[in-house]
Amino acid sequence: MIRVDGQGSGTSLIQVRGLEKTYKRGGEDIRVLQRLNLDVDKGDFVAFMGPSGSGKTTLLNLLGGLDVPSAGSITVDGDEITHMSGSKLTNWRARHVGFIFQMYNLIPVLTAFQNVELPLLLTKLSSSERKKHVETALSVVGLADRMRHYPRQLSGGQEQRVTIARAIVSDPTFLLCDEPTGDLDRKSADEIMALIEELVGKYGKTVLMVTHDPVVAARAHTTLHLEKGVLVEASKAEPGVVAGGVR
Amino acid sequence: MKFRRLILANLFRKKIRLILTVGSFAIALVLFTFLAVVNSAFNRGVDIAGADRLVIVNRIGLIQTMPISYGDKIRAIPGVKYVTQNHWFGGVYQDEKNFFPQFAIDVENHRHVYPEFQVPDDQWNTFVKDQQGAIAGATTAKRFGWKVGDRIPIKNALYGATKTWEFNLDGIYHTQKADGDQSQFWFHWKNFDENVPAAVKSTAGWYILKLNSPDDAVRVAKTIDTMFANSSSETKTETESAFAAGFAKQFGNIEFLILAIGSVVFFTLLLVTGNTMAISVRERTAELAVLKAIGVTDRTILFLVLFEAMLIAFIGGVIGLLLAWAAIPVISVALTGLLPPLLLSKTMLSAGLLFAIFVGTVSGLLPGIGAMRMRVVNALRRV
Repeated sequence: MIRVDGQGSGTSLIQVRGLEKTYKRGGEDIRVLQRLNLDVDKGDFVAFMGPSGSGKTTLLNLLGGLDVPSAGSITVDGDEITHMSGSKLTNWRARHVGFIFQMYNLIPVLTAFQNVELPLLLTKLSSSERKKHVETALSVVGLADRMRHYPRQLSGGQEQRVTIARAIVSDPTFLLCDEPTGDLDRKSADEIMALIEELVGKYGKTVLMVTHDPVVAARAHTTLHLEKGVLVEASKAEPGVVAGGVR
Repeated sequence: MKFRRLILANLFRKKIRLILTVGSFAIALVLFTFLAVVNSAFNRGVDIAGADRLVIVNRIGLIQTMPISYGDKIRAIPGVKYVTQNHWFGGVYQDEKNFFPQFAIDVENHRHVYPEFQVPDDQWNTFVKDQQGAIAGATTAKRFGWKVGDRIPIKNALYGATKTWEFNLDGIYHTQKADGDQSQFWFHWKNFDENVPAAVKSTAGWYILKLNSPDDAVRVAKTIDTMFANSSSETKTETESAFAAGFAKQFGNIEFLILAIGSVVFFTLLLVTGNTMAISVRERTAELAVLKAIGVTDRTILFLVLFEAMLIAFIGGVIGLLLAWAAIPVISVALTGLLPPLLLSKTMLSAGLLFAIFVGTVSGLLPGIGAMRMRVVNALRRV
């Protein structure tokens, strides 16, 4: 269940309270996020929409521990990440977050297998265990037969599938997708969204996604709109979803 | 090392750039090694000088001689064990370019003073009995293809009209250490004395004495110089290492020259490799950001960049040292007579490799720290 009023039960997987982010630009303070609250349960699939500069990506970066807020707190699965040190946050990311980027950001000199294996190199898994996990992840995204291919030998959609396999291979707590279909044609975008839906529906993954595309956003359980750093509404409400934002 | 595949893949990502950078390293290492070898060649005399030996030269300069009578007076000083004298000959074999050091030596005492020059007893005994005899160093004998028993003509223009002196090669000497000087050619001082003009007769170019103990060096040196003060041939007595260092300095400040060229090589290499690594890291900004995003620590990022730079340096270093190892003996032969023998020791090879790795590490440091400090959010925004 998604809530944006800060009245969540406390058992939510992700709890955001009073989140603020302010940048300094040319001596001027720019408030990107303003006292934002959010509760996301395990297995939720939420899309963030909004115009450019509304703070979507900033919110995603904060949720993924890539950036630190100016105020407020983020708690994920009981761990408050806002006060973690840099190295602790890095380790936390490795265990809890799977990133899916618009530009895929695969390493061109590594094969699909080697790209997907990267997050597992940070674990204590043996080589054979890593191989098993990578093969499973690539099977889930339908690229078991492409594991020896380099990114340049794959289509855009296939590259994004490899990115998704890399994001899920270490079985993270939740996935963060920044415009996952932004660089794809409609057909490939549909396939990627179907895959993300499958990750949520079949494998119970929690997904938070930023998108400009209303068609893509419509595939999420809930769509939240960010405008000038404020969560202003929730649409496509399912039973129990609390709509509304904090102004 | 779990990231070895990533490091290797990154290393060979831009093959032309890799070849050029490795090539710069290799060429620089050849130059570095050559300079080190030349420096070592000039300082070899200093390194191998006996601590218990003193060299006595004419105070005016090395080319001025001293009376042969000084030998007995010096021998009588307490603390002096042996005294021998040498005289510079300065001839050439067949051709002007076939130059090597020739000395007229005191056959009776030379072996006592220089035990590191080893001549088989039978060859030495033949030499002692043969006043036309000569002993050549193994390097010189090899250079000209001489064998014991050969007749060696040496052309000389220093003592009177140009004349060819004929010698019987009675023996070949070797040194205990591989990097010892095996280029000298010795013949009897008596032979020399009998065949030079009257002005040169009964003179010694320099004396070398062996002390009972190195502790006596200062006292004996002072005694000798005082003994011959105010004479027509005043002396300057110093330890053999000081003499060798002074001799090397006659060629100019070789050490400074080599240090200056070496520094230029070092900084050029640093800039070339540093620039390559900086470009390489910049090209991979997004990839490094993704690695950080998925949980690779800052320290690992620094390590990845440094290790890659070190690997480039190592490959370039090994190639450069192999080239130097192959080229230096050839250069040494080509420069015989102009430079002392050039020898590339294992110590120099190790130093060269360490130098390469050091330069590689330093050159990777700035780009590595930059990559380490890079903020993922900013890096991804730049892409």
